[in-house]
Amino acid sequence: MKRVITTLALAAAAVFAASVASAQTLNTVKSRGMLNCGANGSLGGFGLPDAQGNWTGLDVDFCRALASAIFGDPTKVKFVALTAKDRFTALQSGDVDVLARNTTWTSSRDTSLGLNFTGVNYYDGQGFLVRKALKVNSALELSDAAVCVQQGTTTELNLSDYFRANKMKLKTVTFATADEAIKAYDSGRCDAFTTDASGLYAERLRLAKSDDHIVLPEIISKEPLGPSVRHGDDQWFDIVKWVHFAMIISEELGVTQANVDEALKSTTNPDVKRLLGTEGNYGEQLGLTKDWGYRIIKHVGNYGEIFEKNVGQGSPLKIQRGLNALWTKGGLQYAPPIR
Amino acid sequence: MWRWGSGMSISQHSGPPKVSLIYDPKVRSIAYQVILCAIIIFLAYSAVRNAIDNLARAHIASGFGFWNQTAGFDISQTLISYTAQGGTYGRAFWIGLLNTLLVAAIGIVLATIVGFLVGIARLSKNFLLARLSAGYVEMIRNVPLLLQLLFWYNAVLKALPDLRDSWSLPGSIYLNNRGFFAPYPIFSSGTELVVAAFVVGVIGALAFGIWARKRQEQTGQQSPVALVSLGLIVGLPIIAFFAAGMPATLEFPEKGRFNIRGGLEILPELVALVIGLTLYTGAFIAEVVRAGIMAVSKGQTEAAGALGLRTGPTLKLVVIPQAMRVIIPPLTNQYLNLTKNSSLAVFVGYPDLVQIFTGTVLNQTGQAVEVVTITMAVYLTISLLTSMTMNWYNSRIALVER
Ligand SMILES: N[C@@H](CCC(=O)N[C@@H](CS)C(=O)NCC(=O)O)C(=O)O
Repeated sequence: MKRVITTLALAAAAVFAASVASAQTLNTVKSRGMLNCGANGSLGGFGLPDAQGNWTGLDVDFCRALASAIFGDPTKVKFVALTAKDRFTALQSGDVDVLARNTTWTSSRDTSLGLNFTGVNYYDGQGFLVRKALKVNSALELSDAAVCVQQGTTTELNLSDYFRANKMKLKTVTFATADEAIKAYDSGRCDAFTTDASGLYAERLRLAKSDDHIVLPEIISKEPLGPSVRHGDDQWFDIVKWVHFAMIISEELGVTQANVDEALKSTTNPDVKRLLGTEGNYGEQLGLTKDWGYRIIKHVGNYGEIFEKNVGQGSPLKIQRGLNALWTKGGLQYAPPIR
Repeated sequence: MWRWGSGMSISQHSGPPKVSLIYDPKVRSIAYQVILCAIIIFLAYSAVRNAIDNLARAHIASGFGFWNQTAGFDISQTLISYTAQGGTYGRAFWIGLLNTLLVAAIGIVLATIVGFLVGIARLSKNFLLARLSAGYVEMIRNVPLLLQLLFWYNAVLKALPDLRDSWSLPGSIYLNNRGFFAPYPIFSSGTELVVAAFVVGVIGALAFGIWARKRQEQTGQQSPVALVSLGLIVGLPIIAFFAAGMPATLEFPEKGRFNIRGGLEILPELVALVIGLTLYTGAFIAEVVRAGIMAVSKGQTEAAGALGLRTGPTLKLVVIPQAMRVIIPPLTNQYLNLTKNSSLAVFVGYPDLVQIFTGTVLNQTGQAVEVVTITMAVYLTISLLTSMTMNWYNSRIALVER
């Protein structure tokens, strides 16, 4: 129902409003006193509220960092749970100011959907989960298999592509949410369940007997996941982009939530000074305050910290940094300098 | 005829008195309608223009160019041929529409049967039967349909065995949690004769029915209509089939490593959706039927009894035809509800129009305005066609009343 309403809202907005996307997102957010963040409502490690309504996850922390940069307060975020197929409509119609929901950056989403991706906060790829009892060791053995998949995802398309490219036969069963897809897989309707590898780790934990299932070695696609905003508001685009960079830079510089106050007082490193706002007016150039970088680290932490806490060793998922290590450590996470 | 006055007859001005055009009610109403139409057209036009401008400003693609682009996703049930590489979004739309019509059609037929049986049973003198029917209606009507669908889907999946332990019957018939599989005829040339025989059979059966009714009206003698119709509709095509040299081969389902392929395949998603929709709508139809029967005055039944009719014929010949007039309008509503409710299909993984089109296609193309407009137009058309058919039927049986 929510989806229908969002879609109709977009249609109505497009038809009647003078202009759908206000170019003044920062002002809107400030005067509302609250950031509206489109997040995943059911994916452990990325976006998930607990019974008390406390949200956790890598994407959730990204929105908290954004709120910290704007308001100096990580709690000034309203999280809106979005399914894969509703997420873009929600952003387009202005329901949310930013979409941080393990969303793959693709050319068509960047162009014809009217989105701007601000960066990649998790380099991912698509994988398969199967029952051990099937004695399958490779995704290439899956010809003729029934695969449960979630609709409105790149996953759905990659799956067809992969089977087609390898001349394998495929039976897909498509569901609106991961919840239903994984339940159907668990009840034996499908031989395999497929989604982003990060999602497989999380979904596997929800199965009745998670040890009876294995993730196959093949990664069949590139899934650069990142936050996105609407086209047409460059200032807002810059802000969201640089919040992500600031978190990477502070990991590079070794500035953490624990030592940021110390660094603020005593550092002599000009890079750190520019990040924390004791030198230059880089925050003001973005339309924020001088100390925007300090606020992010102080309230939320650097990229490495939120990674380990949400999906890494500090979480049940125990995902290795891999591609998501800093570029200096053999990974892909890299940020342009603040200056 | 007596006339007013002498030579001055008002019949010369038999129309309304000549007044200024603005006071002429006819001219006025036409003018109002023209103005209203102009306003509506203008509003619609500017709404569309505005939408196009706004989408362009937000850099969201618009227009119907996506229709012929490659879809690139798979669909589990396709009544017409479709492949992920060759299929377009437009093709996917038609597949979704056909899948929606399929569940709606099966659902309507089954829900009508369930509804009539339960509605009549609820009025039965048999206490147990009446209570059971009442219990069914109350229970079904008070649980949200979505929960029922999820229940049936899980129940269907849980009840059925894995592929490896499939229940099977001789002749390659399998049942497991991947669906129901059976041999399916592939027709070759010569089939036209069978189709022709079927058409002839149906026409013959209709003609016989009319003849039999006339004969009964005139002579009071009954004819075995059901038997003859069955013979014509089923028998003729069978004879034609053999006469044409059996122009069909059976395709047998084959067990593969993971799945069964080939032949007839009925997905558990379809079964769950049909069960859910049938039982849900059936409960509402039962109430409609009960109300219709109760609206027929008791005197009618008593009169039929006095004429010596048994309960069955009384229902069939006296009560139901009169009840139908009360039943049809709300029944139409139920049919429309069932069709619209079938859009919950996505929750049980059945690829209906909403799942494929407003789900996957909308999301992959991002063209919410176009996709939603088309979908609304489709549901509106289906609803209008259903209503029209039912209204036509209603006016036909209403004639009986005089
Ligand atoms: N990255 C892919 C897939 C994103 C996606 O929806 N993933 C699934 C599984 S990891 C998910 O988040 N499901 C949770 C839900 O929708 O409830 C995309 O952007 O299309």
